[in-house]
Amino acid sequence: MSALKSIFGKDVDTTSSTYLGKPTSRVDGPAKVTGGAKYAAEFNVPNLLYGYIVSSGAARGTIKSINTAEVEKVSGVVKVLTHENAPKTAYLDSSHRDQLASSGGAPFRPLYKAELEYSSQPVALVIADTFEAARYAASLVKVEYEVAPHETDLRANMGKAHPPTVTRTGYVSAPKKPRGNPEGAYDAAAHKVDVEYSQPIEFHMPMESYASTVAYGEDGKLTIYQKTQGVQNCQEYVCSVFGLSSSDVQVISPYMGGGFGSGLRPTYDIYLSVLAATALRRSVRVSMTRQQMFSFSHRPEAIQQFKLAANSDGMLDAVTHTAIEETSQNEEYLETVVNWSGLLYNCPNVMLSHQLVNLDLASPADMRAPGAVTGLYAYECAIDELAYEAKLDPLAFREKNYAEKDQNEGKLFSSKELREAYRQAAEKFGWSGRPLEPRSMKKGSDLIGWGMASGSWEASQGKAAAKLVLTPDGKLVVSSATSDIGTGTYTVMTMIAAEFSGVAIENVTFELGDSSMVYAPVEGGSWTVSSVGSAVKTVCQELRDRLFKLAGKVDGTPLGDTKIGDVTFANGAMHVTGNPVKNVTYAEALKAGKIDKLELDTTELPQLAKQATHALYSHSAVFAEVSVDEDLGTIHVTRVVSAIAGGRILNPKTARSQIMGAIVWGISMALEEEGMLDDKVGRFMNHNYAEYHIPVNADIHDIDVIFVPEHDEVVNPLGAKGLGEIGIVGVAAAVTNAIWHATGRRVRSLPVTLDKLL
Amino acid sequence: MINFSYTRAGSVAEAVGAKSKANGAGRFIAGGTNLVDLLKENVERPRQVIDITRLPLATIEEGPNGGLRLGALATNADTAYHPEVQRRYPALSRAILAGASAQLRNMATNGGNLLQRTRCYYFYDVAMACNKRRPGSGCPAISGQNRVCGVLGTSDQCIATHPSDMCIALAALEAVVRVSGPQGERTIPFAEFHTLPGDTPQIENTLAPDEIITAIDLPESPYAEHSVYTKVRDRASYAFALVSVAALLELDGDMVKSARIALGGVAHKPWRSPEVEALLTGKTATKENFLPVAAALFHDARGYEHNAFKIELGKRAVVRALQLATKGTASIRDVNGQTADA
Ligand SMILES: Cc1cc2nc3c(=O)[nH]c(=O)nc-3n(C[C@H](O)[C@H](O)[C@H](O)COP(=O)(O)OP(=O)(O)OC[C@H]3O[C@@H](n4cnc5c(N)ncnc54)[C@H](O)[C@@H]3O)c2cc1C
Ligand code: SF4
Repeated sequence: MSALKSIFGKDVDTTSSTYLGKPTSRVDGPAKVTGGAKYAAEFNVPNLLYGYIVSSGAARGTIKSINTAEVEKVSGVVKVLTHENAPKTAYLDSSHRDQLASSGGAPFRPLYKAELEYSSQPVALVIADTFEAARYAASLVKVEYEVAPHETDLRANMGKAHPPTVTRTGYVSAPKKPRGNPEGAYDAAAHKVDVEYSQPIEFHMPMESYASTVAYGEDGKLTIYQKTQGVQNCQEYVCSVFGLSSSDVQVISPYMGGGFGSGLRPTYDIYLSVLAATALRRSVRVSMTRQQMFSFSHRPEAIQQFKLAANSDGMLDAVTHTAIEETSQNEEYLETVVNWSGLLYNCPNVMLSHQLVNLDLASPADMRAPGAVTGLYAYECAIDELAYEAKLDPLAFREKNYAEKDQNEGKLFSSKELREAYRQAAEKFGWSGRPLEPRSMKKGSDLIGWGMASGSWEASQGKAAAKLVLTPDGKLVVSSATSDIGTGTYTVMTMIAAEFSGVAIENVTFELGDSSMVYAPVEGGSWTVSSVGSAVKTVCQELRDRLFKLAGKVDGTPLGDTKIGDVTFANGAMHVTGNPVKNVTYAEALKAGKIDKLELDTTELPQLAKQATHALYSHSAVFAEVSVDEDLGTIHVTRVVSAIAGGRILNPKTARSQIMGAIVWGISMALEEEGMLDDKVGRFMNHNYAEYHIPVNADIHDIDVIFVPEHDEVVNPLGAKGLGEIGIVGVAAAVTNAIWHATGRRVRSLPVTLDKLL
Repeated sequence: MINFSYTRAGSVAEAVGAKSKANGAGRFIAGGTNLVDLLKENVERPRQVIDITRLPLATIEEGPNGGLRLGALATNADTAYHPEVQRRYPALSRAILAGASAQLRNMATNGGNLLQRTRCYYFYDVAMACNKRRPGSGCPAISGQNRVCGVLGTSDQCIATHPSDMCIALAALEAVVRVSGPQGERTIPFAEFHTLPGDTPQIENTLAPDEIITAIDLPESPYAEHSVYTKVRDRASYAFALVSVAALLELDGDMVKSARIALGGVAHKPWRSPEVEALLTGKTATKENFLPVAAALFHDARGYEHNAFKIELGKRAVVRALQLATKGTASIRDVNGQTADA
């Protein structure tokens, strides 16, 4: 593809690297397309029992009775677990909090009490010796409820909004004090916007539904094949909830059919499968139906209010941003929504506020670029409105108010090539021909509009470890307990390991997804490359040091007294740079050291001192074209150009896929996705793929991805910022702004369905 | 392991006999694209499944009086791509191709398409009340999530729609449904095949429980030159119609000799109003003349919280469809800017 070539040309300095920066196909591709890749529900163990979940039909109240008389008559049924007979698990709420739970609150416990917390929560688990028997029997369970009033309507409950009372890993609370005097500045300003934006609940909806296969060992040890983004998080959770020792629980998850954040925290299938397995001392599988995939996590609904002002020169002078999101009754889900508005543009007067309303729904969960997607959708639309008030081109307005530093924290960016991203994307898109006024462009009878937006996402790094094993056959196996949620982790880690070890890529294997491996954080937040990748780099560099030392023991010392800096490590051998004849293979080095297996591991910590003085973010510039049938309101996103400033691009091929997929999702968010909640019954009603719309091929047209070169030595040792989330941020705003430019209509609630344009 | 017995019918008479014997607890299975979904969701729980796929009803052949006969077991795909259907009944071809996906159309049969059930969310969710699924339990859609529900001919018992695209074109073409039962064969005019919900939303058509559809007869049509199917939906493909319109015009120059308009996505049956269609007779085919027709079609419409927009959308879609029909079948691209079979 020409796009790829052009990106690649200006991308990263590939001359000095063998693998990094070169488009590389997925190493797990063949396994995936031939069915060799196994997913959690596909691990078969002898004498497996099957658990089928019965979900609640009411949102609030108590379970009066659960009648299982008919169920037990079904042949093959082994047990029905309900809150009445389920074995007790850890008493304290704190024992149920996983790594990503908020610091307070009571994480949901299935089959724990008669009181209901939300509609579709599990209320019973039918366990049988075949899946079919369990499913049929589950349909015979009769649950009677004493129904109590519920609240699921965010707008109707806005009066209950309160600031967060707890904290959470990764959550940055809104600055306590305003910057400057936003109210005064607003009152005095020449151009103003006072608007409210809203977006509905959205679901992660990965293709693979959640499943947990627990193999119950003779010694009572549990091997759990689990769909998850964090095997060690699940292991810790199971140990803590069920009072088991970590040596008795192993969690395995080699592949994941999409996560998007839904599998960062342990899902209720693992609780239920372990509950059943330990109660029955049998191997058990529990998997969710598509409908149940709508019952445990979502991107929270949000209502956001803005008062923005610019002075007569078009300089942004006041930003007030209040975001109100829903959370469950039992937990405060926290994501960073408003801080972006104090960061993206220069502004002397800013006030930000993030508030929560507790509703009778399942706890929301991180969903691709959590918080930023929400906050920047609305902010970037409101900024578009302000630019128009000031009669400025929206790109010119953004360039004028470009932030050279993070004013929230008073720090310089470690790198920020957003200006260049604007330039390249605008040029590719042809933005300079855009008329300022809406309703200026037509094609046939369709209205055409162009819109743009910026995006930002944090480039974080966490503690992570990597382990390697080198054997005399020249094969290198590197491992870490991370996961590949479809992003290409297997591939990029293999590339990093090959690059820094000097072992040819075909001799490198990367392993992941096993809690018994060395430590890795959950895969999320776009930090896997920076965290795990940095550890892989370090351990491979340590390998070279070790091999270089061993080379000194090789007969005849072919490397002589050459310093390590003058040695080239490539293709499983070391040679004096510029003189390939003077070489030692890794096998020879191992042999000289009488080592039949060289094992090394290392734990990499973020370079905190260096990082703390900088603001670490990736950025995007997104341009969209829409065509709108004015009579019928149908909208098509005919073109998207997105330029990403995301640090060093390690694998342009998977990187491009990540961004394309994210853009598709952004279009989906703009036009289609909506969890349709019936507030009268407190339940999502479009809980299937036919009615919860995501784009089909016919919805997606031209997508162009540009990677802007960005050099960053602060962010992490690889200089890569991670690309899992930045691609979706800003897309919905660009599309919505384009719809306005086409029609002159500001639709301030998502999704922009055709009825909103009639 | 939901037990049911399965029989494969060797003849139409055998199929009818088995269905009579099952006494309401039997279901024919054709393509299975709707029935199997409903089984999985526990909406349908037949005790007997009668496989009719081997019956010799898959042909498409010349019918009486210059028409075409579509076998009940001919697939939606084979029907849509049949050269005679494309030539003589282009709106039918386009309507079929505007529905579902290529894979589904390859499985789905013409008989099954007529009898597919509503996509009302509450009908599909057995934890919820629904008068259609459990008569007397109530209709939560009336005050709930009713974007997919109807605005014409609704009742206070049920506001569901019939979701088919194909049937909208069949209604406009005044097809005739051929059925066979214990008493022999009979025909049902399309307008009388599907019913309105009234007080009995569980009843959706006039087919007797022990009757089988054998074919659909298309009468000779003077509309082939000016036939369109316009479908408006929430995404470009693979979504049920919010509103759809089959518009057929017989023109003499720019004067309308006769018109047929059938609406989908708005009612419990394909919606037609011959009196309103007659308003166009003798008029020139212009937007000014289409507007009052569109308004009259929706005169008695009643919108609900999440679907009231269908009234305005429906009027506009009618005007659009009539404008496109005037231009001629050959010039048409569907509202998504793609040719219908893209
Ligand atoms: C995801 C999805 C999207 C879809 N989108 C659309 C769409 O956009 N537009 C659209 O129009 N349709 C759509 N459909 C519906 C599809 O067109 C129908 O499912 C299909 O036409 C049914 O035909 P079938 O042969 O598979 O019927 P089956 O599922 O086999 O049967 C359906 C019913 O008809 C009865 N039946 C079948 N044949 C006969 C007969 N000869 N005599 C008497 N009774 C009979 C069966 O007993 C059963 O009750 C969609 C379906 C799915 C699953
Ligand atoms: S509209 Fe009809 S199908 Fe839908 S809930 Fe009401 S009764 Fe049931």
